[in-house]
Amino acid sequence: MSISVSHINKSYKTVKALQDISFEVKPGELFGLIGPDGAGKTTLFRILTTLLIADEGKATVAGFDVVTEYKNIRNSVGYMPGKFSLYQDLTVEENLNFFATIFGTTIEENYELIKDIYVQIEPFKDRRAGKLSGGMKQKLALSCALIHKPKVLFLDEPTTGVDPVSRKEFWEMLKRLQEKGITILVSTPYMDEAALCDRIALIQDGKILEIDTPEAIVRHYPKPIYNVRANNMYQLINSLNTYEFNHSVYPFGEFVHYTDRRTDFNPKELQAYLESKNLLNIEIEKTKPTIEDTFMELAKS
Amino acid sequence: MKTILYIIQKEFKQIFRNKGMLPIIFVLPLLQLVILSNAATFEVKNIKFGYIDNDHTSTSRALIEKFNASTYFDVLTDFPSENIGSAAMLQGEVDVLLEIPRHFERDLQKEKRTNLGVTINAIDGAAAGVENVYVTQIVQNFNQHLKVDLMQISDKQVQPVAIETIPLFWYNETLNYKTFMVPGILVLLVTMITLFLSGMNIVREKEIGTLEQINVTPIKKSQFIIGKLFPFWVLGLGLLTIGLIIAKLIFDVPMVGSLVLMYFYTSIYILVVLGIGLFISNFTETQQQAMFIAWFFTVIFILMSGLFTPIESMPEWAQIITEFNPIKYFVEVMRMVMLKGSGFMDILPQLLKTLLYAVIMNGLAVWSYRKTN
Repeated sequence: MSISVSHINKSYKTVKALQDISFEVKPGELFGLIGPDGAGKTTLFRILTTLLIADEGKATVAGFDVVTEYKNIRNSVGYMPGKFSLYQDLTVEENLNFFATIFGTTIEENYELIKDIYVQIEPFKDRRAGKLSGGMKQKLALSCALIHKPKVLFLDEPTTGVDPVSRKEFWEMLKRLQEKGITILVSTPYMDEAALCDRIALIQDGKILEIDTPEAIVRHYPKPIYNVRANNMYQLINSLNTYEFNHSVYPFGEFVHYTDRRTDFNPKELQAYLESKNLLNIEIEKTKPTIEDTFMELAKS
Repeated sequence: MKTILYIIQKEFKQIFRNKGMLPIIFVLPLLQLVILSNAATFEVKNIKFGYIDNDHTSTSRALIEKFNASTYFDVLTDFPSENIGSAAMLQGEVDVLLEIPRHFERDLQKEKRTNLGVTINAIDGAAAGVENVYVTQIVQNFNQHLKVDLMQISDKQVQPVAIETIPLFWYNETLNYKTFMVPGILVLLVTMITLFLSGMNIVREKEIGTLEQINVTPIKKSQFIIGKLFPFWVLGLGLLTIGLIIAKLIFDVPMVGSLVLMYFYTSIYILVVLGIGLFISNFTETQQQAMFIAWFFTVIFILMSGLFTPIESMPEWAQIITEFNPIKYFVEVMRMVMLKGSGFMDILPQLLKTLLYAVIMNGLAVWSYRKTN
């Protein structure tokens, strides 16, 4: 196992940041931690990267215990914190050189690994890191985290605050790194990115709700789900919320995702109900659940 | 070793790229040295002097003439009455008011004694003390001459026994304030700059988040700390050099002792300061906090260093506290070596105490520096 976490607990005074967290990540896997802000993702990352000591439980990374063998872990993992944390007043090249040196290596030695990413920022190698755009900072940070050829890569919300195009590029880079045999643990609050992981853990309030492949998680969704649309979104949501048989009502883009409490739910009844509420252009159709739906469902219980 | 060198290199790059910081590091201290050394003297000059002469005789005029001749006093006004004089002092128009009583001359000749009224504005206690000494000196001097003049023939058998003291100011014959202020202010600058910079330095990495990134690398605590602090050690010695050059060129301060000894002591002293800086940065989260704490300690250290007020004049408990003040030792050593030419054995007590301080501070700092929390 590349990462193995068992029964980790961590509290900050009275706040329970992590409660009985257990999961395993196989070598070469792209594993996603999906959860809203404040779910405990960063705390878990800090424990796994040896920056924080858990109150209870054991964890190993690349076969090393996070408490007793932290020195080995520091040699074999790459960590990219959520906040951009490179030296803004050093140039791109100097930053990379710095991290190469403190890991006791050189850029040349592991150039192969970062080549794909680094070529994109190489034209700006004499520019100070602080003057780079958000997407380029991201690439530089990833290059720095990879410079010592880590076995495991930790990425804490790498795409928060990055534009959609750069986000897509970033995930493509992760896929390529995965092909090179690097285990990747990535956290994100974006549910759409979850589908790009091999396996995901849904996490909320310091507890893991479910761990599985994105497909399986979606398959586990217990109820048929419907896209509902009408001419007045606000009124539609209000009406659905007051409908006596509703199970869940979540706005989802131009639709409202609706599930019903009854097993023999007939969309026609709902249509009639909504018409009685003076809504027009009503459309109700069955749809596939997404990870977000699943998350909401799990978070509800 | 390569890692340390690289960190040092990186640190220097960052220092020299910080356009806001460079002038603070090099230009401001030198400005301070030039300005403070000229400004911080205990000599009180141009004292606004007023008098009330109720006697109007040749003797009273001779006394006032003495004050007039002194370079310390600006004889301003002759007040017709005490009330007007007091009002003028309330207005801040005069600092020292001398009242010569009626029958001043007659009493001197007849009774061989009389009284003078001296009023000093003591809002600034230090200045008032100095002014009092000046006034006393002038009056005594006047008294000496007067005795001889007034003595009658019959008195001549009784020779006045006057004990005259002629002080010799060793190591600073002219009692030149700059000679002993310059080494002191140099100490202050070296301390302030290295303490502030080193204190803020590691906190800065905390603030921008790079410390977290560094902490997950296999770099050793000692490598990181040495790499981070070494540049400031060099900077401190650099400041000392520039300061000494200015002291020599502009103020012509005598440098009797060995420069090597001065540098040797300073290199150990800076370790103390860096240790304190690191210690502060371990317990603060922002540069602002670090700055405030560093400032707090510097003010106490400076005021209790014997730089501006002699340690001998402090109450006993305060004198005990000064034993824990590294700046005190640095001021002592600088003055001893520069002005007196003290050798290694003379400054050994200060050297040992500083060394002990350095070991303790750095030990505490390294111990409290954590890569994990």
